[in-house]
Parts: sequence; structure tokens; C-alpha cells
Amino acid sequence: MTSGVARRGAELGVLALGVAAPWLAPAWVTQLAFLWLMVLFALTWDVVGGQMGYNSFGNVLFFGLGAYATSLLQRGSHLGYYASLFLGMGLSAVIAVAAAALLGPLILDMRGHYFAIATLGLGVAAAELFAAWEWVGGGSGILPALPPGTVPERNRFFYYVLFGLALATFLTLRWAYRTRFGLVINAIRDDEAKAEAMGLHTTRYKVAAWMLSALFLGLAGGPVAGLAGFVDPRDLAFAGSTFGVWMVLMAILGGKGTLWGPVVGAVIFHAVQEAFWTFLLGWQRVALGALIVAIVVFFPEGIMGWLRARNPGWFGEVVEEPRRGGAQP
Amino acid sequence: MSALLAARNVTKTYGGVVANRNVSLSVPRGAIVGLIGPNGSGKTTLFSCVAGSHPIDSGSIVFDGAEISRKRPAEVARLGLLRTFQRTRVYGRMSCMQNMVVSAPRARETLRAMFSRSSLESSGRAEELLEFVGLHGKRFLRAGELSFGQQKLLELAMALMNEPKLLLLDEPTAGINPTLINGLVDRLRRANRELGVTLLVIEHNMRVITALAGYVYCLAHGELLAEGPPVALQHDPRVLDAYLGTH
Repeated sequence: MTSGVARRGAELGVLALGVAAPWLAPAWVTQLAFLWLMVLFALTWDVVGGQMGYNSFGNVLFFGLGAYATSLLQRGSHLGYYASLFLGMGLSAVIAVAAAALLGPLILDMRGHYFAIATLGLGVAAAELFAAWEWVGGGSGILPALPPGTVPERNRFFYYVLFGLALATFLTLRWAYRTRFGLVINAIRDDEAKAEAMGLHTTRYKVAAWMLSALFLGLAGGPVAGLAGFVDPRDLAFAGSTFGVWMVLMAILGGKGTLWGPVVGAVIFHAVQEAFWTFLLGWQRVALGALIVAIVVFFPEGIMGWLRARNPGWFGEVVEEPRRGGAQP
Repeated sequence: MSALLAARNVTKTYGGVVANRNVSLSVPRGAIVGLIGPNGSGKTTLFSCVAGSHPIDSGSIVFDGAEISRKRPAEVARLGLLRTFQRTRVYGRMSCMQNMVVSAPRARETLRAMFSRSSLESSGRAEELLEFVGLHGKRFLRAGELSFGQQKLLELAMALMNEPKLLLLDEPTAGINPTLINGLVDRLRRANRELGVTLLVIEHNMRVITALAGYVYCLAHGELLAEGPPVALQHDPRVLDAYLGTH
């Protein structure tokens, strides 16, 4: 029971810290807003990549669709800023989920490396398509509408939007992993052919998992566009070589297929990355590359996997229970 | 007794290799039927054809009154025909209990059912069946950490959890400690008698097949060689030839 109390305490602590952070560290609001985006990235990647075992390098597609859809709606509508933002986010969610529902049955039929390569192509293709599409600004992208108020006020607003989205993602996934959905996607990860032989509706669950992932990525696109002040096909919306790779790395660093792993991984990764930019300017990409190698070599199962291997009891594993009804003969 | 499963002239080739040629067999409802034959005689291929994993070239397979030879494995499984694998297949990184709960039968999968907390309502049955195969004490251990023999038992329990009408067992006693085999035979008979599961069993251990099955089919080189009660087959010169290769 004490572990339950400790866990609840830790959760409340994180929540309080998240709410108070813009006032505790006003100079860091933008970085902290991006921290919550990283948490959201890692969590949504882990649904399909970790819990279901389908390594996707194209999830950034849904984020990019969200960034464009929200920004375009905001520019085109005559509503007030906030109304158009939230309407745009709603539209983004619909578009991203629909894209996952349409592409899922085609792409999720592929296994292993083939799936990874197909999704990689998906992200790159989206970037090139949008870069060549004049109506959305081509390669130079578009400028989203800006919220009223001073720059610190705007940053604080987007901080809370992204914090709320990351929190909603975490709570939704925590709930979903406790339902039959969580069990079935884990079964697909462990042995998909067996899951089929047992009569599970594997395709339906796989597409649902990708749609769930797309939902939160689509919602996040608009606020990030507002925070960054621009939407650009290669560096922000469909940034495969940064966001697209980071979401994979953060989930692996923290521990694929766990609820807290992606959160822990995102926080550590983001903090280290910011430190590199501050203290190793000019070498930050080299240092990041070295960090990636170190993650893969020393933490192949991630931080949570490393902990689990040492303390299986913390994760509810029991090797052998004593038999009920006294001693064994 | 009506036949629950009836295969008629099933032929399956891989390139030029004929794995099954004109194989016909029938499994009556409620029976335990054995399938024997030397290594490479096409027993597992026949299982894969029946379960829908490998499309057949010709012939028909009727299960519970419906033609299933063109159906996919998941559809066949949902009709109540399950198979286990020679090399065990369990969900290695999930606990035994999770392996069991996810195997609970679901004919229709609505959005609401997908996101329901099914674990609690079906866990009682899961615990009973784990107790039945003697793995109750290991229920919170990852399935991948069980021994090979224990994984076979878990796979059996998972199959029973799914409440199949017909269960195809591919060498259920291979790799199991000889002292446990008697217990396993007893459990299979109880599953047949008490849970009403019809069984079709591939087995090399003649002692097991004699104790278990009332009727046995013998395959050799992909063709049906002989059929009959196990004792009669044991003394059939054709069967002995196929196993020992005296010609």
C-alpha cells in the first residue's frame, strides 16, 4: 500500500510542478513547453512502437498534418484567435485520425523492417509533397496567426496547452493500457501469428492503436506552430530527422512498452539536449550522436527495462508463489 | 455421431513438393482422434491447412457444417477451431495471467468491448485453468521465463480459455518431463469429457496415443496410409514399415 501512496504522491508532485513551472522558471517557458511536447511525442510513439512492437518512423506525419490544418484554418477563418485555434485543433484531430484510419490497413499489414521503411517513406513523402504545394506556401511554409498579448504571455499560454495535451495523452494511455486494448496490442508485439491463430481481430487493434497515436499528435501540431511562430514542411511540420527520430530515441531511452518509460526518456533526453546546446555549441550534434549510440549500447531495454531486470517485483512479477494450503509435501 | 471436422481429398503442394495428397479424415463431435506418422509425413502441414494458415490446392475442409478451406486463421479460430504449435507460442513478455485473459473468447469486437476492462470478469476462469494445468503459482511470471514444458501447458490452458469446439494439438507431450506426461494425458481427457472439447492430436508417443485416442489416422509421405483403432494400427505392417523403413 505504501508504494501506492508514494506513486500517487509522485504523480501529484509532477502535476503541481507542471502547473507552477512557468512562474518558477519564467525564462525557460519555451523550453519547458517543448519538454511537454517531447513527452507527448515519446508517449504517442510508444503506443505503436513499444506496446505493439511496430517501429514507426513516420508518426511525425500526423503532427505535421495537425500543424498545417490548424494554421490554415486560423488564417482562413474570421473567428477570434482562441476560437479558431481550438476549432483548428479539432479539425486537425479529425484529419490526423482519418489519415491513420486510411493508411493503417495498408501499412500495418507489413511486418518488421518493411513497416519501418514504409513509415520512413511516409514522413519524407509528406514533407516533399507539402514543400511542393504552393497553396500551403511551398518550401518556405506559412506563418500561423499569433495570439494576442505579449510574447511571455503567448509562451505561457502555449506552455499550458501543451502541458494539458501531454497530461491528457498520459491519462488516456494509462486508461487504455488497462483495458483489453492494452493486452491485445501487447500480444501482437509478442507473437502476432499466435494472436491471429487465437482469433484476435489484430488488424482492428493495430489501426486503432495508430489512430490513438495520431489523435494526440494531430492535436499538438497547431499549438506548436503557434509557439514556434512558423510552419515549415521540413524543419517543423514533418521534421523526420529531428522530431521523427527523437520520438523513437526518447521512448527507447526510457523503456519501450512501459507507461512511464517514454516520460522519463523524454525528460532526460530534452534536458541533455538543452545542455548540449548551451555548453557544447558547435558540437551539439556530435554530442547528440554520441548520446544516441550510448543509449542503444548501454540501455537497449531502456531505463525502465533496466530497472525491471533488476527488480522484477516492483513490476508485479512473482516467480513462484508458495502453494495455497500450507507446505508442499 | 456427426462429424465436427471433415476433410475431403485435401492436397497441398509447396512448389514441386507434395506435402498432402488426397488426404481425407473425419473427426466426430466429442471424440479424441489421433494423427500419427513419421517425421515429414505431412501431419503439421495438414494442421496448418485445417487452421487456415496455408491455403490448400484442392479438396474441401468442412468444420461444424461450414466450408473453411478459404478462410483466414483468425476467422477459423473464431468459429471455434484452435490449434497449438509444435514449438510453443505464448506471449513471452506478458504474465501468464495476461496470456490467459487475452485469450478469452470474443466473437464480436465492438469499440466498447475493445476498451473494456475485461480482465477482472474473466480472471476467475483464467485462474481455474491455470490451476488445471498446474501453473497457478506461476501466474504473475512472464510467460517467456517458463520452461518449454511449462509453456506447452500454458498454451493448452490458453486454448481452453478460448472455449474451442475443436482443438488441434501438435505433439502436446513433446519436451514434457515423462513423469508429467501421465498427468497431461489425464488433463486432456478431462478437457474432452468435462469441457466438451473435441481433440485431434498429433503424437509420436504411442503409449500416449493409445491411452488417449479412440481412432487414429496414420500419414506417410503426405498420403493417408492407414486408419483404425490405435491397437490395430500398432500392429499394422504398413504402419510399422513407414516408421521403421523396412522396405
